[in-house]
Amino acid sequence: MKGKVWKFGDDIDTDIIIPGRYLIHTDPKILSKHCMEGLDSKFYEKVNKGDIIVGGKNFGCGSSREHAPIAIKGLGISAILAESFARIFYRNSTNIGISLLESPGISKVISQGDEIEIDMKNGFIITEKGNKYKFKELPSFMLNILEKGGLIQYLKEQTPE
Amino acid sequence: MSKTISEKILSNASDKNVRSGDIVIANIDVAMMHDLTGPLALESFNKISKKVWDLDKIVIPFDHQTPADSLEAANNHIIMREFIKEQGIKNFYDINQGICHQILPELGHVVPGEVIVGTDSHTCAHGALGAFSTGIGSTDMAMVLSTGKLWFKVPETIHFNISGKLKENVYSKDVILYIISKVGADGANYKACEFGGETVSYMGISERMVLSNMAIEMGGKTGLIEPDRKTLNYVKNRSTKQFKVFKTDLDADSLEQIQIDVSNIEPQIACPHHVDNVKPISEVDTEIDQVFLGSCTNGRIEDLRIAAKILKGNKIANGVRMLVIPASKEVYSNALDEGLIKIFVGAGALVCNPCCGPCLGGHIGLIGPREVSLSTSNRNFKGRQGSPDGEVYLSSPAVAATSAIHGRISAPQ
Repeated sequence: MKGKVWKFGDDIDTDIIIPGRYLIHTDPKILSKHCMEGLDSKFYEKVNKGDIIVGGKNFGCGSSREHAPIAIKGLGISAILAESFARIFYRNSTNIGISLLESPGISKVISQGDEIEIDMKNGFIITEKGNKYKFKELPSFMLNILEKGGLIQYLKEQTPE
Repeated sequence: MSKTISEKILSNASDKNVRSGDIVIANIDVAMMHDLTGPLALESFNKISKKVWDLDKIVIPFDHQTPADSLEAANNHIIMREFIKEQGIKNFYDINQGICHQILPELGHVVPGEVIVGTDSHTCAHGALGAFSTGIGSTDMAMVLSTGKLWFKVPETIHFNISGKLKENVYSKDVILYIISKVGADGANYKACEFGGETVSYMGISERMVLSNMAIEMGGKTGLIEPDRKTLNYVKNRSTKQFKVFKTDLDADSLEQIQIDVSNIEPQIACPHHVDNVKPISEVDTEIDQVFLGSCTNGRIEDLRIAAKILKGNKIANGVRMLVIPASKEVYSNALDEGLIKIFVGAGALVCNPCCGPCLGGHIGLIGPREVSLSTSNRNFKGRQGSPDGEVYLSSPAVAATSAIHGRISAPQ
């Protein structure tokens, strides 16, 4: 997959991704309109389908609100790269089928607006300049969930009705 | 073979001998969801199942938007109440009971040795009673509701060995903020935290819950405290459940020990916009607009007593608002009996119904642009209590009450 980069810093928390006052909604379309609005109130207008978020360390720290990855997915973001992810956000994103790729050092070699490519099969991030960086391999259990498109689909196939 | 509490509990819950790093499917003893994250969990549950796995092990408190403050919240409450009625779920606590992390232990749903999950990140709080308790998302909860099981990666453990007698006016909130400042917001990511040592053994259950509650603020999967006589007294007074007590072997391979000496710390303040941005109070001098005393971190009767003692006979500063939100019906009722509510009202505070209040920034007591909140809750992220252009500082109840009188962040004398 290829996409334009939206770059964020360290410790991007779930209140930044989707503030608490919007958690009364479950519709991805409504949630995505408020995604990252504390940092940029027009973020949802600027993002295009297939774009990629690049964060620093501890991306997604804070709350267990699944509304956070749902808001990001609702924007059409294809993947999130970061130095590291907070645990609950990591699980929640995988469970709804978003690829989270951990690659220490990655935020130093990618800039806002870069066009980058992700080679999921071989485990590489290819920067605009053509440099390749490895991302950490996902545990096979999580890879299975991602390949099915999320935990619900995975469970459905485990227990056919 | 030496093991941590987490390894022992997850071995017990999966009928396997597991070590840190193993992936296990564990049986769940308690599954908690509330009014705010519940509806999303039900959307996922409805895609995979029709009937929940166990009617006794699911606990549903309403606490985030209680009473309903919007039509959307009212609708979410209806969705949850209908589900509870259709399924026949037994442990339902409607808008009058209080905050989930307070009422679960209070009403006997938490005992040592269990695996507890909740769709709220501060579910780690129940580790204070020796349970492996952790926050999960809504889709994970759908799996739990339908199967009674969930997968876990067995965590490594950081054991904080806390020593030293706390100085006057220094409390467990100051201890945990100090620890978080030492290890950072991701210092325990993917790991279990354990709090032990002489300082913890002197603490009451209420103070221990403050430590466990905030384990997530350094990324911790849970915040365990080994059960002792105080734990067993608390649990036996409140629960009829059978339980097993697990203890950590300090020589376990997956355990890292960190020594924390708290004998010289002063009250600690987490400054905007990160919980690990902590300063001793002597380095903070900021005017405040609102004080919030409450939350699952510091809304218990012990917290209200400390604040009332400081506020008694005093008035809150002109131009400052103070919200006092008891964490549960029981706390509220005890505060009434002890005359604390009268002290708060007399000082000029507003006492609200037991609920999460401004902590999540989605219900009552939001702050506006350029306003400053001093809060006894657990998070100060940008926009956490309302406007992203506001600021949230975190402190102990003693500092919150003192600061309300002075109109600026001030140390108790």
